[in-house]
Amino acid sequence: MADRVIIVGGGHAAAQLAPSLRQEGWQGSILVIGDESEAPYQRPPLSKEYLMGGRDRASLLIRPAEMYARHGIDLMPGHRVAAIERDMRQVVMADGTRLDYCKLALCTGARVRHLRVPGAELSGVHYLRSLQDVDGIRAKLQPGSRVVIVGGGYIGLEAAAALCKSGAEVTVLEVQSRVLARVTAPEVSAFYQRVHGEEGVRILTGWSVARIEGQSAVSAVVGEDGRREPADLVIVGIGVLPNVELAEQCGLKVDNGVWVDEFAKTDDPDIYAAGDCVNYPSSLLGRRLRLESVPGAVEQAKSAAASICGKQRSCDFYPWFWSDQYDLKLQIAGLSDGYDRVVLRGDASSGRSFVAWYLRGDRLLAADCINRPKEFMVAKQLLAGGVSVLEERLMDESIDPKMFL
Amino acid sequence: MSIVHYIEADGAEYEVDVPVGNTVMQGAVDNMIDGILAECGGSCSCATCHCYVDEAWYDKVGEPGSAEQAMLEMVLEPEPTSRLSCQIQVTDELDGLVVRLPKSQY
Repeated sequence: MADRVIIVGGGHAAAQLAPSLRQEGWQGSILVIGDESEAPYQRPPLSKEYLMGGRDRASLLIRPAEMYARHGIDLMPGHRVAAIERDMRQVVMADGTRLDYCKLALCTGARVRHLRVPGAELSGVHYLRSLQDVDGIRAKLQPGSRVVIVGGGYIGLEAAAALCKSGAEVTVLEVQSRVLARVTAPEVSAFYQRVHGEEGVRILTGWSVARIEGQSAVSAVVGEDGRREPADLVIVGIGVLPNVELAEQCGLKVDNGVWVDEFAKTDDPDIYAAGDCVNYPSSLLGRRLRLESVPGAVEQAKSAAASICGKQRSCDFYPWFWSDQYDLKLQIAGLSDGYDRVVLRGDASSGRSFVAWYLRGDRLLAADCINRPKEFMVAKQLLAGGVSVLEERLMDESIDPKMFL
Repeated sequence: MSIVHYIEADGAEYEVDVPVGNTVMQGAVDNMIDGILAECGGSCSCATCHCYVDEAWYDKVGEPGSAEQAMLEMVLEPEPTSRLSCQIQVTDELDGLVVRLPKSQY
């Protein structure tokens, strides 16, 4: 088909890109091919309300299926693209069928990193990325189940909070000396470890998994040092890998993600990419990034849609993230890596509300705001405006954060 | 179903049937109404679904919660009837609700 856009992948980026193409004026056909069996759905609630059983499946859909039909967007769930043939402008499906495109968008996302230890294939070892993954966990969960979570990152901690609330006995094993070590300051890690302890979750750090034991199903996780944690269920949350294989196999540039410019264009003028699978240049941050972020995917998808329609909408924004655990609403503005110091507003060692500001020189890089929605909103605006604030002021609770702007 | 009227900053009006129990935000997202971004998908985390509730409806909609209130203070051009539309659940009583959307969510 001469006028067809094919979107490969059916996650958040695809769910934005397809309707954005219509909004940008694309007249031709649009086909979204996803390998999951559902229409695009919200992934963030999977490790939160949905895992807890507090949300029904239908409410996870980003948009109802009929909306796509109404806007002339064809969804093809449950299908996998096996290859891209750029010279023919075709995608080759797993069953050999070929589909023509005039423009192609890669929204292939990321997949979980697998735990490579003996016993990792046992029944009862789960990952947490897709709706199917969570349905699998929920089917096995019993009141009082002993759940061992491998990995103390956001997914692991959110799952721990949700499962603990559902009545499971939860233990988190983290290989580093603290949870969230890759993304937060020691003060924030210590805070999360304290709160999880208060809620009844055991967090064990410096714990390296050697193998998983069990006959037909998992019964325990065993550490490098011989320690043993009995388990009815194991959930592994040790990060994700970008799905770059299709891009790589057809010769597109790939380096920690599919390489795109600020307009979401790859090095093939007919191929665009958006979401967790891309590596893009952020001029605001002065470097290339690969994000694992819904708002990031949405922004990139809008840029890709504009580019496909011959317009230019540069994709530049300060990344932001959120995580809900228990009564803690964490909102993160910016990226903290490269900070040289952290100052706190409020008390991290007691209570459940404070801000960690990450600075380099006099420049604000990021803020972790825990039950501090106002500071989060201010932090986003400070970052966008490149405003510096004296650290004494950032720490001073007697100053309304509004005054920082 | 209840009818919700969305009025964009440029004057464009949409009359949308929103299922009871869904949020005003979801009604906008489902119908591709641009003025609502809804980056966090409705978890009261981003304040990109800001709207102005028509004065005649404000009391029926109810007061914002504390986290919502704190974020509303910092949105672009807040007004006394500002709300985050992800926190307004559509009910039978809200049939006919009118909300205006800001020029920009940032």
